[in-house]
Amino acid sequence: MSAAPASDLPGDYTMKYVSEYRHAGLVGRVLDEIRRTVTRPWTIMEICGGQTHAIIRYGLDQLLPPQIELVHGPGCPVCVTPLELIDKALAIASRPGVIFCSYGDMLRVPGTGRDLFSVKAAGGDVRVVYSPLDAVELARQNPDRQVVFFAIGFETTAPPNVMSALQARSLGLRNYCMLVSHVRVPPAMEAILATPSCRVQGFLLAGHVCTVMGYHEYPALASKYGIPMVVTGFEPLDLVRGILETVRLLEEGRIEVKNAYARAVSFDGNPEAQKIISEVFQECDRKWRGIGTIPASGWCLRPEFSQYDAERRFDVGTIVAQESPLCVAGEVLQGNKRPQDCMAFGRQCTPEHPLGATMVSSEGACAAYYRYGGVTIRA
Amino acid sequence: MCLGVPGRITELINRDGLRMANVDFGGVIREVCLDYVPEARIGDYCLVHVGFALNLLSEAEAQDTLSLLKEISRFEQET
Repeated sequence: MSAAPASDLPGDYTMKYVSEYRHAGLVGRVLDEIRRTVTRPWTIMEICGGQTHAIIRYGLDQLLPPQIELVHGPGCPVCVTPLELIDKALAIASRPGVIFCSYGDMLRVPGTGRDLFSVKAAGGDVRVVYSPLDAVELARQNPDRQVVFFAIGFETTAPPNVMSALQARSLGLRNYCMLVSHVRVPPAMEAILATPSCRVQGFLLAGHVCTVMGYHEYPALASKYGIPMVVTGFEPLDLVRGILETVRLLEEGRIEVKNAYARAVSFDGNPEAQKIISEVFQECDRKWRGIGTIPASGWCLRPEFSQYDAERRFDVGTIVAQESPLCVAGEVLQGNKRPQDCMAFGRQCTPEHPLGATMVSSEGACAAYYRYGGVTIRA
Repeated sequence: MCLGVPGRITELINRDGLRMANVDFGGVIREVCLDYVPEARIGDYCLVHVGFALNLLSEAEAQDTLSLLKEISRFEQET
């Protein structure tokens, strides 16, 4: 095949390494190959919320043969940030003299009763930043204010977030700190696989997490639980290819880890990024909203960087938060329930008034189903 | 959240000791930190997440998915 034809999927524009992976005709041919390959039912989980969003947005789940069920994992950092930490963010952001910086996705997430937007509306200085370096620049421009950055994310976002602490140190800034809520993918996958009710038979590995970390951590997990895994990208063609490779491994009974996103992922990942992460962060236990505490599933600042720890700089006391008793987000995040199985879905619980983890961000499974559910996209 | 956007490096910049670059995303230019891709040069394509290049995209490997389609086409012709 020569150069890929121009894209014809909705919402597209010409961009190298993007457009050629959105071509509906090519996606359709891989889907045909999946139909030819599959002989029995398989349940496959995509871990990453970005992939969940893309799958539902493009209606790929509806185009797959009925034997293949995609379940949606806990890979949305906005969704799994515990309510207690959001309440801490709200308490810090409300303080006079604080500039509270966050990625845009976190602003709408309600804590107990309010969100960062309402803190801003009440006079708090809450700013959306594109990059953590923007928060460091704000600290430099405002030496008489405390600048707090809400450092959430998976492994993908760790290199940028740790660089902000290093840059603040290199610039000698004493008014910059981070409220850290970092999570890691492999411990969450293991928590799901170790559950007796686990239905997952194959995993699509989160492409950009593997860009940073590589995929050398996964073969041990794959053989321990007898589950094939395929590193998968985010465009429609990447997603159906990841699914095809997973189905091939499942049908052939092979327990392997394959890479279907080689243009962006190598086995070892980015060693320079991993080195800098380990200079600034160390492993810690972390509570996941909707799931609970998973041992060694998070990163926090090393003691040498404690001066940049917002939880130490601001004493906000102990916060106990109560989740809605109606919400089944934990079951959805582990692939045991579908959003539409929940009685509150689309009724008491909507993106405007989310009751739990999977509805709070557009990458949450419930929010994606709410937004795109029922949309039929031609093959 | 883990969005990564491919862009082409058009200009190298040093800012406060950080290795930065202007990166072209289909016509939109943004400043991006290259500290995690020390080997990056002008003209390279990098994968950018929240203002940081996380790696350089491999042109050779990019053909990999497209060559899978070749394989499927061959299968279709044979059957």
